[in-house]
Amino acid sequence: MKEKFLGHSVVRKEGREKVTGRARYVDDLAFPDASPEMIHGATVRSSVARGRILGIRYGDGIPWHEFTIVTAADIPGKNEITLIEHDQPCLAAGMIHHPEEPVVLLAHPDRYLLEQARQAVHIDVEPLPAIFTIEDSLSGREIIWGKDNVFKSYRVNKGDVDSAWARADVIVEGEYRTGAQEQLYIENQGMVALASPADGVTLWGSMQCPYYVHKALTLLFGLPAEKIRVIQAETGGGFGGKEEYPSMIAAHAALLAWKSGKRVKIVYDRAEDMAATTKRHPSRTRHRTGVTRDGKLVAMDIDFVIDGGAYATLSAVVLSRGTIHAAGPYSCPNVRIRAQTVATNAPPHGAFRGFGAPQSIFALERHLDQVARAVHLTPEEFRRRNFIRKGQTTATGQVIHEDVDLNALLDRALRESDYHAKLERFARENPGAAVKRGMGLACFCHGAGFTGSGEVTLASVVEMEATREGCVRILAASTEIGQGTNTIFSQIAADALGIGCDRIEIAQPDTGAVPNSGPTVASRTAMIVGKLVEEAALALKRTLLESGLLNDACTEEEFARACQSYIETRGPLRSRSQYEPPPGLHWDDATYSGDAYGAYAWAVYVAEVAVDTVTFEARVTDFVAVQEVGKAINPALAAGQIEGGVAQAIGMALYENVVWREGRMANGQMTNYIMPTAADVPPIRVFFEEQPYPFGPHGAKGIGELPMDGPAPAILNAIENATDICLREIPATPENIMEAMTEKVGAHG
Amino acid sequence: MADTVAKIKIACTVNGERRSVQAYPMARLLDVLREEMHLTGTKEGCGEGECGACAVLLDGAIVNSCLVPAIDAGGAEIRTIEGIAGGEQLHAVQAAFLECGGAQCGICTPGMVIAALALLDRYPHPGDAEIREGLAGNLCRCTGYQKIFASVVRACEARPAQPEKKR
Repeated sequence: MKEKFLGHSVVRKEGREKVTGRARYVDDLAFPDASPEMIHGATVRSSVARGRILGIRYGDGIPWHEFTIVTAADIPGKNEITLIEHDQPCLAAGMIHHPEEPVVLLAHPDRYLLEQARQAVHIDVEPLPAIFTIEDSLSGREIIWGKDNVFKSYRVNKGDVDSAWARADVIVEGEYRTGAQEQLYIENQGMVALASPADGVTLWGSMQCPYYVHKALTLLFGLPAEKIRVIQAETGGGFGGKEEYPSMIAAHAALLAWKSGKRVKIVYDRAEDMAATTKRHPSRTRHRTGVTRDGKLVAMDIDFVIDGGAYATLSAVVLSRGTIHAAGPYSCPNVRIRAQTVATNAPPHGAFRGFGAPQSIFALERHLDQVARAVHLTPEEFRRRNFIRKGQTTATGQVIHEDVDLNALLDRALRESDYHAKLERFARENPGAAVKRGMGLACFCHGAGFTGSGEVTLASVVEMEATREGCVRILAASTEIGQGTNTIFSQIAADALGIGCDRIEIAQPDTGAVPNSGPTVASRTAMIVGKLVEEAALALKRTLLESGLLNDACTEEEFARACQSYIETRGPLRSRSQYEPPPGLHWDDATYSGDAYGAYAWAVYVAEVAVDTVTFEARVTDFVAVQEVGKAINPALAAGQIEGGVAQAIGMALYENVVWREGRMANGQMTNYIMPTAADVPPIRVFFEEQPYPFGPHGAKGIGELPMDGPAPAILNAIENATDICLREIPATPENIMEAMTEKVGAHG
Repeated sequence: MADTVAKIKIACTVNGERRSVQAYPMARLLDVLREEMHLTGTKEGCGEGECGACAVLLDGAIVNSCLVPAIDAGGAEIRTIEGIAGGEQLHAVQAAFLECGGAQCGICTPGMVIAALALLDRYPHPGDAEIREGLAGNLCRCTGYQKIFASVVRACEARPAQPEKKR
């Protein structure tokens, strides 16, 4: 097969609509039918972290008869936002478990009056003691979920850690923490709903996973699946934040539409979006690591805990990915990982690019710098002595079959960043300088696709259909959220069919029209769904070849003529592909061992920082990202993923600090929750190595989450190199740096 | 609010067309553009002037339309993203964003394109520091800004020393 488009930076398929402002996001949707009219919906929330609802009062001065008012009593089916567990209600009735819990829904045509009305609803709550930290949750002083506050725990055992300590010359311990992080997609979440008993429920909105919303609404309304239809509008960023929460907004908009008979729009403003929707799980990781004098890992004992917030949502799966990535791309004969996700009275934490891995990798890559120092090795030399190689096993016992060469990635990253020369120069210049500079690195890998048996369970499907004009439509529920799904799917299909990218159409993700190709998460779209696109395209072409209407080497015109005659003489020309696992993948959920992922992307990142000892600000001044990704289907889009992920991770490392007050985000505005601007980012220099993965489309592996994993530890390692202060928690804000530097000065008198 | 203050007539020029709408004097220009004029290319990201998604040109100067009261738009010349391309012919800045990968999810793109136009109006050939400063009021969560910087540089190359058409 000729690669005419694959490997080339084809321009973004929907790019023209985006640069001209014509792309329609949920808040931009106009509906041709004037009837029913569109009205606005709003959510009244508890402001108490935990308690019992005593009553709801509707204040004076509001024409309540004009409003549609919905409470839990109005739900036709089950009062539940279904995901993994069955614990999260759509609207609280009885108990309150976090301070942003939705209790009452309102709708009215005038959104200014609606806001006044929202403020006039008073929810009387008898408060109960609440807990807000991992420590409080683990202590069990209040049990707020299940019998012990633990949503899920895992244990990974490789070798025998307890007996291995005796063989270690040096043992290094450390505790590391990461804070919550807001996804901060620039488009706030929103949904428009139309619903009636006769026609069922239709939703338009901003989302990553139309079939998640579909499943949740089916249960909520107690309707057959075909009565629920979910359509993705253009979506202004997701980063995981639009994986599970859209089901909640969809449910709310649909309930108001069901009761009012009107079309109802709920679009959050920034304050509500930051307050109520999910964030990255805060984490605490404890490491105890045994090494020989010459720097070989002997034993790794890892205790990993994440704060899941008030309901289980996706925490078990986030924990799973964080657990599996906790021991990194290293070979160690004895590894024990104890992992737990626990409940607190904060809004549920959820999916965010990297999905637990950035937390556990931060801890490991910070810790390994301490271990290296303890055995008098440089950070890079220590890692070289322990890098995993082909044929060796990961913590879960997965034998690496990929031709991974982490030494080569490290060599390239050190060369591109001019690492050694800069280290030497900074060491010379730093004494006496007010701005101290340093270099730091991190080595890591990120598994693509669902963990373990997840992809087999999903059994994703892609369909394709040809038109008489010789265009081919791809039918999939995978969403374009900025990462380039539309474009890379077109490239894959065009090359498989031997026609132009402009002959490929992407069907709008609409559960009424496309099959379930799975959620747009877990770095799975290019590798898993992309492969299904390729297979469906090859199947469609095979049908034409076998019909005798087409020769293998055909022109676009011949292809179009063949499509036309096929459709005229035999009917619709369609194809379908469904996920089959690559041979030899085995995973055991009971022992948490085996092949956790079909493939990993491998990376070495180097950060250069400057720390101002007067203002205590740390800045990243240069960044090198070297990664092996199988095959970059579209190098410009792939680089865009890495650059964006690195910037988001720079935010996680230095700026993005969620301030909590009694379970609520106290700084839920862009004014005081600070993400990187154009003035804050360094040059981000991206380099790809390619080792084709046999089961990805043209060798491609997943890359979307990878760049979130490495920057934070690399940056904090660089801060330590620059200043000798050992920060173990992110974000490293000026306040935290000041505190650490002041302590250090104090300690030295 | 709504029952104590009356709507007023606001006449202005938007993308070269004379427009007249009824709006509350303190309504946000953003809402007037989006709801009264159906120009939904201008986006709301934060509603407090931090993200720049709602940027438009008001008498040639870049403003966050979420912070501008409708009454201030009376008599003004406004340019929104819908008025940047010449029909189907993309403006050089738009073409550069398309070619260089400056747009990902696209929600910041209208504001970013407006900011780039305002920047190039001030500095026809901006250096790295000027580009960063000129775009620092517009947040993008997808790109890490690298390809946006490249888009601005490309746009300059495509339009050597040709000043913005005067409004």
